[in-house]
Amino acid sequence: MSEWKFTSKEFAQTEEKFLAGHRACAGCGPAIALRLVMKAARGPIIATNSTGCMEVVSTIYPYTAWKIPWIHTAFETAAANAAGIESALKILRKKGRIPDEHVDVVAFSGDGGTFDIGFQGLSGAVERGHDFLYVLYDNEAYMNTGIQRSGGTPHGAWTTTSPAGSVVPGKAEFKKPLADIMVAHNMPYVATASISHWKDMVIKARKGMEVNGPAFLHAFAPCPRGWRSATEKSIEIARLAVETCVFPLWEAEYGKYILSTPSKIIALKPEKKKPVDVYLKTQGRFRHLFKPENKHVLEELQNEVDRRWQKLLKDCEMN
Amino acid sequence: MAKVEQKIIPLNGDSAVALAAKQCDVDVVAAYPITPQTIIVEKFSEYVADGEVETAFVCVESEHTAMTCCITASATGARTFTATASAGLALMHEMLGVASGCRTPIVMSVVNRALSAPINIHCDHSDAMCERDIGWIQIYAENSQEAYDSIIQAFRIAEDLDVTLPTMVGLDGFVLSHTLENVAVLPDEAVKQFVGIRQIPMVTNHEGKLVPFKLDPANPLTIGPLDLQDYYFEHKRQQEESMRKALDVIKQVHDEYAEQSGRSYGNGLVEAYRLEDAEIAAVCMGSTAGTVKTVVDELRANGIKAGLLRIRAFRPLPVEDIINNLSGKKAIAVMDRACSFGGNGGPLFHEIRHTIYDLPDKPKLVNRIYGLGGRDIPPYMIDCIYKELQKIAKTGEIERMVQFIGLRE
Amino acid sequence: MSTQKKGWKEIPLGGACWMSSTEYKTGDWRSYKPIWNSEKCIRCMLCHIYCPEGAIKHDTETNKMIYDFDFCKGCGICANECPTQAIEMVQEGKE
Repeated sequence: MSEWKFTSKEFAQTEEKFLAGHRACAGCGPAIALRLVMKAARGPIIATNSTGCMEVVSTIYPYTAWKIPWIHTAFETAAANAAGIESALKILRKKGRIPDEHVDVVAFSGDGGTFDIGFQGLSGAVERGHDFLYVLYDNEAYMNTGIQRSGGTPHGAWTTTSPAGSVVPGKAEFKKPLADIMVAHNMPYVATASISHWKDMVIKARKGMEVNGPAFLHAFAPCPRGWRSATEKSIEIARLAVETCVFPLWEAEYGKYILSTPSKIIALKPEKKKPVDVYLKTQGRFRHLFKPENKHVLEELQNEVDRRWQKLLKDCEMN
Repeated sequence: MAKVEQKIIPLNGDSAVALAAKQCDVDVVAAYPITPQTIIVEKFSEYVADGEVETAFVCVESEHTAMTCCITASATGARTFTATASAGLALMHEMLGVASGCRTPIVMSVVNRALSAPINIHCDHSDAMCERDIGWIQIYAENSQEAYDSIIQAFRIAEDLDVTLPTMVGLDGFVLSHTLENVAVLPDEAVKQFVGIRQIPMVTNHEGKLVPFKLDPANPLTIGPLDLQDYYFEHKRQQEESMRKALDVIKQVHDEYAEQSGRSYGNGLVEAYRLEDAEIAAVCMGSTAGTVKTVVDELRANGIKAGLLRIRAFRPLPVEDIINNLSGKKAIAVMDRACSFGGNGGPLFHEIRHTIYDLPDKPKLVNRIYGLGGRDIPPYMIDCIYKELQKIAKTGEIERMVQFIGLRE
Repeated sequence: MSTQKKGWKEIPLGGACWMSSTEYKTGDWRSYKPIWNSEKCIRCMLCHIYCPEGAIKHDTETNKMIYDFDFCKGCGICANECPTQAIEMVQEGKE
C-alpha cells in the first residue's frame, strides 16, 4: 500500500510533533510509540487521546506536548472523539467552510481505553467506516491509575488487581485477542507493531493514515514501571516479545492476514522461535512464575502463545 | 406583530424540533434513538436521505458516543445537534460535564422522560433535573410551538461569545413530542439569517498566538487538558461567569426572535401569567403550565386572584425575575414534575425557596409533586391546589409543605 | 514555582493550553547521563529513534548527535540499543 520510502537519516529529520518536556516515566514505551507515530504523519493532522498515561503526561495544564491540534474528552472516547472530528471535517469541507485539504485524524488510547471501556466506541466507529487511524499503545494494564489489570493483561501477570498471591498467582484470564476481533470487523487495515521494530511500526502507521476508512494499529509498548523492568530495556523487551511470538507482527487488509517480516522469519525458521521464559525473565511482574508451585502457569502461557502462533500461521496460510 | 410571514403546519413536538434543527443548518447531528425522542432523529434522517440538508448524520452506537461526537465535532468548528431522553441523558452524564467544560455550544433537545427503575417511557422532569449542576443552559418549553422557537434561539444563545455553553431545550415526552399541534414555522431564509454562521471565540495557544478556539491544523490548539489543584477552580469560575452572562443573552435573543416571529414567552426567562395582582399562584415548568393557565382563567372568572409563574429558563436560574414576580404574593405552590428523594421536596421547590429566602414579605411556599412517570394532572387536581392556596393565604397555616398530587395512597 | 499563578479572568477560555511542554525541563529527573562517543558512532540514528523524549538530534551540518540535556531523563535506552556501544551511561555529576 504505502509508497513511503526513507532512510534512517531522513527519518531522523522528520518533524517532532510529540514534544519533549512531557512527563512520561524514563524509558516509557508508549511515549516512544506516540513520538514515532507522530513522526510518520504525512500532512495536516489532528490527534485525540483517551484518558490514560499518554494523555496525562502530555497535557498537564497549562503545558502541552502536542505541536498539532489535539483534544481529550474522556476515558472510553478515543474512537468516538475521532468520529466526531472526522465527521465535522468532512462536512465542513463539503460546505466550503474550511479549506479543501485532507486532514488525517489519529486516535491514541491505551489498553484500558481500548480492550475494555473504549471497545464499544471503537467497534461503533469502525462499523460506521470513519476515516481515521486508531493507535492502541498496549502496556498491558491500567498503568495511569497504578497498574491494574485490563483485558489486555497477559495470563499470569502480576498487577495490583491481579496480584501474585498464594492462591491465585497473577491474572487468571488470557489476553483478549483484540487485533483479531478488529480483523473480524472486515475493516480496511489492521496491524500489530512493536516499538522495537520501529521501521515496521512507522510504515504501518503511515499505511493506516493513508487508508481511506478506519485503520487499527496495535502497538506493543513496554512499561518499565508497571512491568517491573529496567528502564533501559524497554526496546529490548519489546523485541523479545516478537522473537518469542508473544506478540507477533502482522497486517490484515479486509480480513486477509499477512505476516510481517520479523515474524515471517520465525515462521520460515521455527528454530528461531525463543521460549517465552526468555521474555518473562526480563520483567518483575512475571517473577512469581518461576517458583516451582507456579510452573503450570508458565506452561499455560507457553501453550497459549503457541496456540495463537499456530492459528496466526494458519490465517496467514503459512502453516 | 411579526416581521416575517409564517406557515402554519400541524406538527408534533419531535417533528417541530427536527424541522427547527434542519432550518438552523446544523453541520453534524449525532443520532441515537430513545423513546420519546425517536421521531426527531427519524425525521432528520429523512431530510438527509432526501438531500434537504447538508449535515453529517452520524448514527452512533450509544448516547454517550452521541455526546462525545457532538463535543469533538463542535470543537472542530461544526454546529452540532443531538436529542435524547431519560436513560440516554443519564448515560451521557459524564460527557455533559465535558461539553460544558470544553465550552462547546452544542444544542440538544431533551424529550423529558422519567428515569428508571422501573423503566418508564412517559413524561416527567427527573432526567433533566439530574443535570442541574453540570453547566448546561436549560430551557423548558410549554408547547411544541415553543419547542420549535426555542431550538432556533438555543443556537444563538449557546454560540454567543459571552456564553459559549451547551444548551438543552426540554419538551415533555409524549405530551408534546407525540401530539399534533398547529405550529407556525418561519421561512428557511429567516431562520438562516437569525442563527447566522457560528462564531468561535479566540484564545491564546501554546505558541503564544491568538487563535480560534477550535481544532485546526493551521492554528494548533490543545483542548481538554489535565487540570491539577492549581487551575481547575479557575476554569469552573469561568463557566459560572458565562452562565451568569447567559441570563441577559437569553432575554436578548428571545426579544430579537419575538420581533421576527411575533411570539414571546414572558421575558424569555420567566413567563408571568395573570400574576401582577395575584394573591395566590403556582410555579411550574413545561406543558403543565398550559393546563394551569386554563385553571387560572376559570378561577379569575370566579373573582379569585390567581396567577402562574412559568419558569422557562431553569439554568441559569432567573433569580431576579423570580424574586420580582413572587414578592408580595400570599401563597405559592411550586409544582415539581420530579422528586429529589430524601431532599424534602422537588428540585424546583428547592430553587424557588432559596431564591425568595431573603424577601421581607415572602409568600408561604408549598411543594406539590405531580405527574411522575407520565401520571396525568387534570385541571381539577390543579384546582385543588389553588383551593389549598386560598386556605393558606387566609390562615397563614401550612398543613403539609411537601405533598404528592395524583398519587394513590 | 514562585511566580504568581494567573486568575480566572486571565487564563484562556475552556482550558486551552497556553504553554509548550518544551518549557518544562525534565532533565533534572536524571540520575545517569548518556555520554556519546563520536568515533564509535556509526550514525545509525537508533538513539534518536528510540529516545522517548526525542532528546537526541542529528545535526546534519556537523554530523554530530546532539543531546538535549534539558530533557534527557537518563533512561538508558540509547546506550542499551546502540549497536557499537558508542554511548555510556555515567552517573550524573561524575561525567
